[in-house]
Amino acid sequence: MNQIELTLFLESAVRLGIPLALAAIGETITERSGVINIGLEGSIIAGALGGALGALAFEGAGLGVLSGAMAGLLVGLVFAVFAIGLGADQIITGTAVTIGGLGMTGAIYQARFGATGTELSLPTLAPVAIPVLSEIPLVGSALFAQAPTAYFAYLMAPIAWYVLFKTAWGLELRATGEAPAAAEAAGVRVRLVRFMATLFGGAMAGIAGAHLALAHAGTFAENMSAGKGFIAIAVVVLGRWNPLLVLFAALFFGAASALQFFLQALGFDLAYQIFLAFPYVLTLAALAGWVGKSRAPAALALPWEPHR
Amino acid sequence: MSAGIAPARAREAALLGLGAVTLTLGAGAVLLLLGGYDPVAAGASMLRGSIGSWNTFVSITLVRSVPLLFAGLAVALAFRAGVWNIGAEGQLYAGAVGGVWVALTFTGLPSLLLLPAVLLASCLAGGLWALVPTLMRLRLGIGEVITTILMNFVGIYMAAWMVHGPLQEQRGVFPQTDRIVEAARLPALIPGTRLHIGFGLALVIAAVLAVMFRRTRLGFQIRAVGASPQAAAVAGRIDPARVIFISFLASGAIAGLAGGAEVSGLTYALYEDLSDGWGYTAIAVALLGGLRPGGVVVTAIFFGALQAGAGAMQRDAGIPAAWVDVVEALVILAVLGLDRVRAARAAAPTGEGGA
Repeated sequence: MNQIELTLFLESAVRLGIPLALAAIGETITERSGVINIGLEGSIIAGALGGALGALAFEGAGLGVLSGAMAGLLVGLVFAVFAIGLGADQIITGTAVTIGGLGMTGAIYQARFGATGTELSLPTLAPVAIPVLSEIPLVGSALFAQAPTAYFAYLMAPIAWYVLFKTAWGLELRATGEAPAAAEAAGVRVRLVRFMATLFGGAMAGIAGAHLALAHAGTFAENMSAGKGFIAIAVVVLGRWNPLLVLFAALFFGAASALQFFLQALGFDLAYQIFLAFPYVLTLAALAGWVGKSRAPAALALPWEPHR
Repeated sequence: MSAGIAPARAREAALLGLGAVTLTLGAGAVLLLLGGYDPVAAGASMLRGSIGSWNTFVSITLVRSVPLLFAGLAVALAFRAGVWNIGAEGQLYAGAVGGVWVALTFTGLPSLLLLPAVLLASCLAGGLWALVPTLMRLRLGIGEVITTILMNFVGIYMAAWMVHGPLQEQRGVFPQTDRIVEAARLPALIPGTRLHIGFGLALVIAAVLAVMFRRTRLGFQIRAVGASPQAAAVAGRIDPARVIFISFLASGAIAGLAGGAEVSGLTYALYEDLSDGWGYTAIAVALLGGLRPGGVVVTAIFFGALQAGAGAMQRDAGIPAAWVDVVEALVILAVLGLDRVRAARAAAPTGEGGA
């Protein structure tokens, strides 16, 4: 592997890791509050379509990202109403939200652009090179010549970490996820905290989807989220529910996905479908190898009914 | 946890299901109106395409319901045991690959041996696909939700690789296997229709599961572990790990049959996109059926009709078939919502409108 190839590899590793990072940082906050949102995939695909339609309507990728965030948040709201408001089972609610999100975006897309799916050409989110930093040999251009959404992910990881571990809000959020009864006794409104944490996670997933459509593909395609929501949930586990580690775990998975294109380019004679399966197999292997050392929030996936 | 979504009495489950379907059809009609479509025309073409004639009902709706029935039973069995098997889709693909491999390899065998071997292979392959998440849960304590979903993707790509690589048809042009020999094909259940014996086999499995849940020690243990593994272990002296192991693998095996029966009963070859998300639809099927085998039979046929009708709706009224996925999601949400309302009313103290 020469230096140009290595640089290209690192660039695509970061590019593929960013949507995972965005969604997984949001899901980290959600899970820390005691809610596991399997409907993340639904928020991502909604964010992709929302981002695409927003970018077309407002003729700008920036407002497209905002529309994507709103779409993701809206899907998160549906999940929150059932799983938190009504206290329905989180796994099944999340599965329904994912199925519904994929179906709804497909139906809207077909209704608007025809069943054959004319290639959309969208205003794209162009990479912005950060002076000085992007000049660092090898990793500079990979990390610091990316779309603005990448810098948003770099920023959100430490911010989420700070809020989670260094502020009163974060303490309340973690208490809600670890010991909701104690949190309630201390005056925390458990369901409200969980609602907000879930909406935040939905919005972040929506931005991840918008990134896919606007920075990555430059178009929308049905099912383009391709299971990234589920991988993001695995990334949260690998990052041990710590936003900073989650960012690194996401970039690691970006690298794993980039490897498939890369090994192919290097002439490894392996079938294309095997490369496609590789990130999922690697996720499974990483879960098996790592997860024993970490612990999920104690009240994860358990519904909460306030005691009046 | 599964106790909360499996109503105690069949009558309650049926009422809940009917309520959910009514809510869903209402919400679906509103969504169609919002999308600028005519709900009445959509409904009419949906009915025509699903139950318009005896032949439509048998050869399209019932045929479509077969994989949903197998996979729905698989999901119901797992959920009853408190196992969140979201992996029926991958297990189905594994089963299809296993079945088609046997059918293409042992071509010389007589039908009496080959057919059972094909079905057995799809069971084994589906069970094998469930074994990875099972062991990860029991040995490493990793929740099966994520692992089964990840295995779905691996299964889909594995099947895709098979039809592009090792099992591709002789000429190597199309992404599919050769057609399987006559002896490996499931015969018709009703002569002159496309409905194959797989439907009957699924009904037999439903009956076996129903008897098992109600009459056997294992069925009791599954329900106990599903309600609370700790309580089952302490009060019932049941080994939850053993019960989870058995129900998880059996669930995978039944989901594998969904794939095996499809290739051996209908398509006679393996294609890349054999399943239209049936493994996920199965979750809606199982829930709407109240996680009861009898209920699953009814709801699988209902969803078979929905899918058959959606095809007609797309042809006649130009309504995207993706709407069916939205309807599935609405059904699940309606079941969950109504169930919570039922639970809240049951828990309400008497004299506060609880009568």
